[in-house]
Amino acid sequence: MFGYYIDLALRSLKRNKVLTALMVLAIAVGIGASMTTLTVLHVLSGDPLPGKSGELYYPQVDPQDARGMMPGTMPPEQVTLIDGMNLLRARQADRQALMAGGAVPIQPDASALDPFYVEARYTTADFFAMFDAPFLYGHGWTGADDEAHARDVVITRQLDEKLFKGADSTGRTLRIGGATFRIAGVLDTWRPNPHFYDLTTGSYNYYEQVFLPLQTALELHFAKNGSNDCWGNGTGGVEGGAYPSAACVWLQFWVELDRPAKAAAYKQFLVHYSEEQKVLGRFQRAPNVQLRNLMQWLDYNGVVPSDVRLQAWLAFGFLLVCLVNTVGLMLAKFLRRAGELSVRRALGASRRALLAQLLTESAVIGTAGGIGGLLLALFGLWMVRHRSSDYAALAHLDPAMLLVTFALAIGASLLAGMLPAWRASKVAPALQLKSN
Amino acid sequence: MDILPILATLRRHKAILWLLMLEIALTCAIICNGVFLIAQRLQHMDMPSGIAEHELVQIQQAPIAPPADRYARAQEDLATLRQIPGAQAVGMSNQVPFGGASSNGNVMLSPTQPHPTLSAAEYFGENLVQTLGLHLVAGRSLRTDEYVDADVLIRELADGSSKGFPMPMLVSQTLATRLWPQQNPLGKLVWLAPTASFRVVGVVETLARANAYNTATAQYSMIIPLHMGADKDQSYLLRTRPEDRQRVLAAAVAALKRADPARVITHSRMYDQVRSDYFQDDHAMAGMLVSVIVAVLLVTGLGIVGLASFWVAQRRRQIGIRRALGATRTDILHYFQTENFLIVTFGIVIGMLLAYGLSLWLMMHYELPRLPGIYFPVGALALWAIGQLAVLCPALRAAAVPPVVATRSV
Repeated sequence: MFGYYIDLALRSLKRNKVLTALMVLAIAVGIGASMTTLTVLHVLSGDPLPGKSGELYYPQVDPQDARGMMPGTMPPEQVTLIDGMNLLRARQADRQALMAGGAVPIQPDASALDPFYVEARYTTADFFAMFDAPFLYGHGWTGADDEAHARDVVITRQLDEKLFKGADSTGRTLRIGGATFRIAGVLDTWRPNPHFYDLTTGSYNYYEQVFLPLQTALELHFAKNGSNDCWGNGTGGVEGGAYPSAACVWLQFWVELDRPAKAAAYKQFLVHYSEEQKVLGRFQRAPNVQLRNLMQWLDYNGVVPSDVRLQAWLAFGFLLVCLVNTVGLMLAKFLRRAGELSVRRALGASRRALLAQLLTESAVIGTAGGIGGLLLALFGLWMVRHRSSDYAALAHLDPAMLLVTFALAIGASLLAGMLPAWRASKVAPALQLKSN
Repeated sequence: MDILPILATLRRHKAILWLLMLEIALTCAIICNGVFLIAQRLQHMDMPSGIAEHELVQIQQAPIAPPADRYARAQEDLATLRQIPGAQAVGMSNQVPFGGASSNGNVMLSPTQPHPTLSAAEYFGENLVQTLGLHLVAGRSLRTDEYVDADVLIRELADGSSKGFPMPMLVSQTLATRLWPQQNPLGKLVWLAPTASFRVVGVVETLARANAYNTATAQYSMIIPLHMGADKDQSYLLRTRPEDRQRVLAAAVAALKRADPARVITHSRMYDQVRSDYFQDDHAMAGMLVSVIVAVLLVTGLGIVGLASFWVAQRRRQIGIRRALGATRTDILHYFQTENFLIVTFGIVIGMLLAYGLSLWLMMHYELPRLPGIYFPVGALALWAIGQLAVLCPALRAAAVPPVVATRSV
């Protein structure tokens, strides 16, 4: 029966090619626009560390002066160097890492290469294990190396290819900013998006090429990137001279806690820490702590650009217009075939059979529209990738979104076909025959 | 033209009529708000910087190993750049308007106030007024003997000493008006930290911030006479004739490399590039909005063509009878045109309400101002035009129906 309906649908669609093309095109354009924007939204609001993100937390404490305190305000979004080191050394979590962004000059041995600057991350030993950073060769450094200000460095595969033509470079030396470092490990391609562990350097498409022990980098006065917030007489420091003063937050601190109970205990620890610091006279405010997990932290920071959301809404508004348009056209088309339908009714077809026939026809339109929409979405994403926004390069269709596209196209056109099919199937068998 | 018979006919096609009106209403709501959003973006992209944009080039460099004296190095570099033929003025700045990376300070009007009054951009560097081409509208510019090394200021702040303060500063006119409405800003004091006071000695007409996200605060800027050391965050700026920019930029980069081969030039560009980079997302968004508006009008227009054709085909016999009874071709043409005008008008009425609701929703979620009344007629005119254009072809076909159709049975 279904095969027969398909045949009927194709014949009917062929009879009025312009109208059919109009309906298919409307659905295709609507689906194409929605899927393009939805895919961008999906990519940008995705989980950078699936499976792990629920165990990663971002502790916040409030070291600001009592002056200017307002109840209900959130603690600063980064930590001071003193608090960061205190929390790091307290080792109250399964793993913990303190970090800041920076930029360092690389001086290649090969005279063919000029010195160049790369983005760097100054961090502590647990960073790699905590964030599941994949090693191609070697490994990271240890907590003891951190305290010893070891001259160890982890580089990325990309830098390894540039400097050592992709060879296993662990154990070799690398000149960075006038100092000699030993390469401890090479990271395989690792590009978490958004750049969740430090949002102050830009949320998307920001990748460091070298990772250095934090205390080593501070000792060598390597330049920092990212933002700092100061209060009182705090100053952001000057490059090569001073780092931001004690009254400034400028580092990020992450902890790994594998059970929710541990998270509750860690939050309690942060409160104790704040109280202790207040007794010592460093903190002036009552304990004001936050412990958000990774996805909550991204959400709190609103990392997805509001333009991207607006574009998705706009595209869905457009899809709605396209659908209403299709409903109208289908209704007109089905009603016009009242004669044909009433003949089928008079010959014994049930109303349900007519409904099935007409819905099959709208599903055929939906499938064609879905294929068209998919092609348009691929084209749309190609256009997005050629824009210069920082997230442009990430706009790719994944299998999940491919399925969503098709489901959306067929679902939408079945929905659009529902009202016209129902209306048209109500046709009385005899009346239509008589009137003509 | 009598509209009552038209209304009576329309009542017999309620489902299609409602669908068509809904489509027109949605289109109207999207167009009104879309055109408004485009206007907002264009206005944002048009934000004045206050500087001689087409006469500036920017160079950022970074040393491989820190020089012994970063301040002396900066002065040497500036002296080198002043030798470049065609360089009319040479300066140095910690940030440029729309540059993205910004330095801002919390401004207080008294050293003891609990909350800062506002946040404003802090421009540090050399020879900024002349190099950027700023217009001084009151007071005087900063004198060379008023400059202090940044390190000295940081040390004083760390010690809590108020030695050397108040320092002189320039403010933008917008900032002056905001801090001291209807007063003469010259000689007024502000505090950027409890011990750091600054006295306004001059006012520049316009100077935009590096991160001018918010139009209302985009022009809050201060210029403070600080010497900055040569490092990767500072920009060397050269002012030249527009046609010399390329040459001066190349010569400046070469001269800096000659002065110290062991340095990396991280950025070298014309200032125009800074502006277009900063507003690229607005540009893309405006483009996307234009495409959506065109597409939505096209879809709606084609939908009207389709439905009108259906109606014309369905009413061939009635048209024939009317023609046989003496209606002229023009009567038939006007009938369909009036019918379309009525449907579109109904749709627009609903669309205005939708547009208003959509605007309220956008205000809630996207920090947009209320949709100004002027945009409502824009949507209405666009839809009337597209409606009449779309119905013309089917209506002409209807007018061409010969009276003889009335006598035929099918």
